[in-house]
Amino acid sequence: MATVVAPAPPQSPARKLTKPWRDGDQITHLVTLIFAGSVFLVTVFLVYELWIHSGPSRAKFGFGFITGRVWDPVSQQFGALPFIYGTVLTSILALVISVPLGVGAAIFLSELAPPRLSNACTFLVELLAAVPSVIFGLLAIFTLVPLLRSYVEPFLKDTLGYLPLFQGPAYGVGYLAAGLILAVMTFPFIISISREALMAVPREQREAALALGATKWESTWQVVVPFARLGILGSIFLALARALGETMAVTMVIGNDTGIHTSLLSPGYTIAAIIANEFTEATGDVYLSSLVELGLVLFALTMVLNAAAQLLIIVTTGKGSKQN
Amino acid sequence: MKKQTLWIVLLTAVAACSAMAAETINAAGATFPAPIYQKWFEEFHKLHSDIQINYQAIGSGGGIRQLTEGTVDFGASDMPMTNEQMSKITKFKVLHFPTVLGGVVPTYNVSGVGSLKFSGATLAGIYLGEIKKWNDGALKKDNPGVNLPNQDITVVHRSDGSGTSFVWTDYLSKVSPQWKSKVGSNTSVNWPVGLGGKGNEGVAGLVKQTPYSIGYVELIYAVQNKMEYGSVKNMAGDFVKADFTSVTDAAAGAAKNMPADFRVSITDAPGKNAYPISTFTWLLIPEKIDNAAKEKAITEFLKWMMTAGQGYAQGMSYAPLPKPVVAKEMKQISLIK
Repeated sequence: MATVVAPAPPQSPARKLTKPWRDGDQITHLVTLIFAGSVFLVTVFLVYELWIHSGPSRAKFGFGFITGRVWDPVSQQFGALPFIYGTVLTSILALVISVPLGVGAAIFLSELAPPRLSNACTFLVELLAAVPSVIFGLLAIFTLVPLLRSYVEPFLKDTLGYLPLFQGPAYGVGYLAAGLILAVMTFPFIISISREALMAVPREQREAALALGATKWESTWQVVVPFARLGILGSIFLALARALGETMAVTMVIGNDTGIHTSLLSPGYTIAAIIANEFTEATGDVYLSSLVELGLVLFALTMVLNAAAQLLIIVTTGKGSKQN
Repeated sequence: MKKQTLWIVLLTAVAACSAMAAETINAAGATFPAPIYQKWFEEFHKLHSDIQINYQAIGSGGGIRQLTEGTVDFGASDMPMTNEQMSKITKFKVLHFPTVLGGVVPTYNVSGVGSLKFSGATLAGIYLGEIKKWNDGALKKDNPGVNLPNQDITVVHRSDGSGTSFVWTDYLSKVSPQWKSKVGSNTSVNWPVGLGGKGNEGVAGLVKQTPYSIGYVELIYAVQNKMEYGSVKNMAGDFVKADFTSVTDAAAGAAKNMPADFRVSITDAPGKNAYPISTFTWLLIPEKIDNAAKEKAITEFLKWMMTAGQGYAQGMSYAPLPKPVVAKEMKQISLIK
């Protein structure tokens, strides 16, 4: 309310005073423009650097780099496909687990939980989001991986072993372990942002739905969640971005194998993990520039997935407005 | 009180001045010898307060890159520079100075078998994925009388590029023609089988957790963590367990045929007590150093490192250089101009 009242007083003093204020506006405009522009410049500069330094690799492999399955530093043959596959697979696996859990938890915290419990939980969730990824990696190595190897993976093989997704030896480390740890890491982002979005839904919307005779569940699922849809989708994209770029925790549990495997129990590799693993000791121009090109591929992959996500928003928003 | 403050100010000023007068030398490279290098630079600074050597452990590849770009005064590497890398540095020739030795040992998780013996061909077979079971004929032949289980072998290797992997694959290339043609040797290779662990601790952790697994770690790491490791058959046909003397013996065995530039691999070295998976680690020093003060500082340090410095090696779990190698290196110091 205060902000609405504030602009009134400057009108009463003489005109002189208003002019500097307008200059102030221009300065603010300029300063914020520079800030916004710097974001753009950093991105452009990043792409430029990646493009320049991946030169030798691009010249040698061309588009074959993206479809290449061999990563052999000895014979200087490099292909990105196993890493692209691992990155996409683990990220999707993470989201498949964390989205229903996260959105469900957010609905509970914003709609159903008593405020005190909700606040306490939110505080803990935000704490979880601030834990460094190495800690998650260590946690995964010492608890998640042995659990998976001794109990979960043998169980999956016994019950769902006829599916190609759950075959091969149970090492503990692999796509599944990486997907799970990424799910744990992306979970707090989804809860935290989705909860904010759900809380921002005007009370009138809920009251109107209830007044029309909707049950609590109907009002939540058919009115509140669609209203907060953009915020929830935003939280999922943020989680996706985090999962795609996560390095330390993933490389500690994915098994670092440069093959492409269908089974979720097999060891694999992600783009971020191989860059972190091999960059320090990479010698030779082609080797080094191939690692840089992987960075470029990761950048492109993030762009593509983000664009796909934006498209999804447009499609679902269109659908939503029709319903209204 | 005031007097005291005055003294403090004065002393700080003096300290600042002397710090400015000190010759600061920057170096970067291998992580494996980093602990002893830090110790050496610190001890050397105590003796020569005017010389300060900063070392960044960014990896051998990084050390070579920085030296090539001229951003450091000297580099350090766990593997000798290749001719291609040497040819990229046009301003000066690079001299290789071995500093200490390291070994790489096979470690495994098989309960109730005690210390196992491995021949080179067996290790290559396991890492190629051809020897799949612990009770394979080749392993039985190396370990007569040991009750080896009928279980699948899980192979563990390093996932990060490292000098340790270089030594391991260099050794396998020497003892197995098939390994040489199929995989080869490098800081990281296209592993035919196995899980990758990050760093020595990553490999050790995976081996410790995974029953019936085998991996390889640096000798220092195995010693410091009191890990069980196997002995390896050397060129003379004896199974040798790695320790400081057997690693130094490998260097002594290789010293006879040492090339003048010290760019030599000492894996599978001759000598009855020589441990076959051993390696030097090198300092990469420019032959021509323009700054006279820096040149003096670096040569002084090298002389000290070959003599008194070697005394610190064993205490920090590194194998010291054998005498004949030290004598040869001392001659090389005079080449620095």
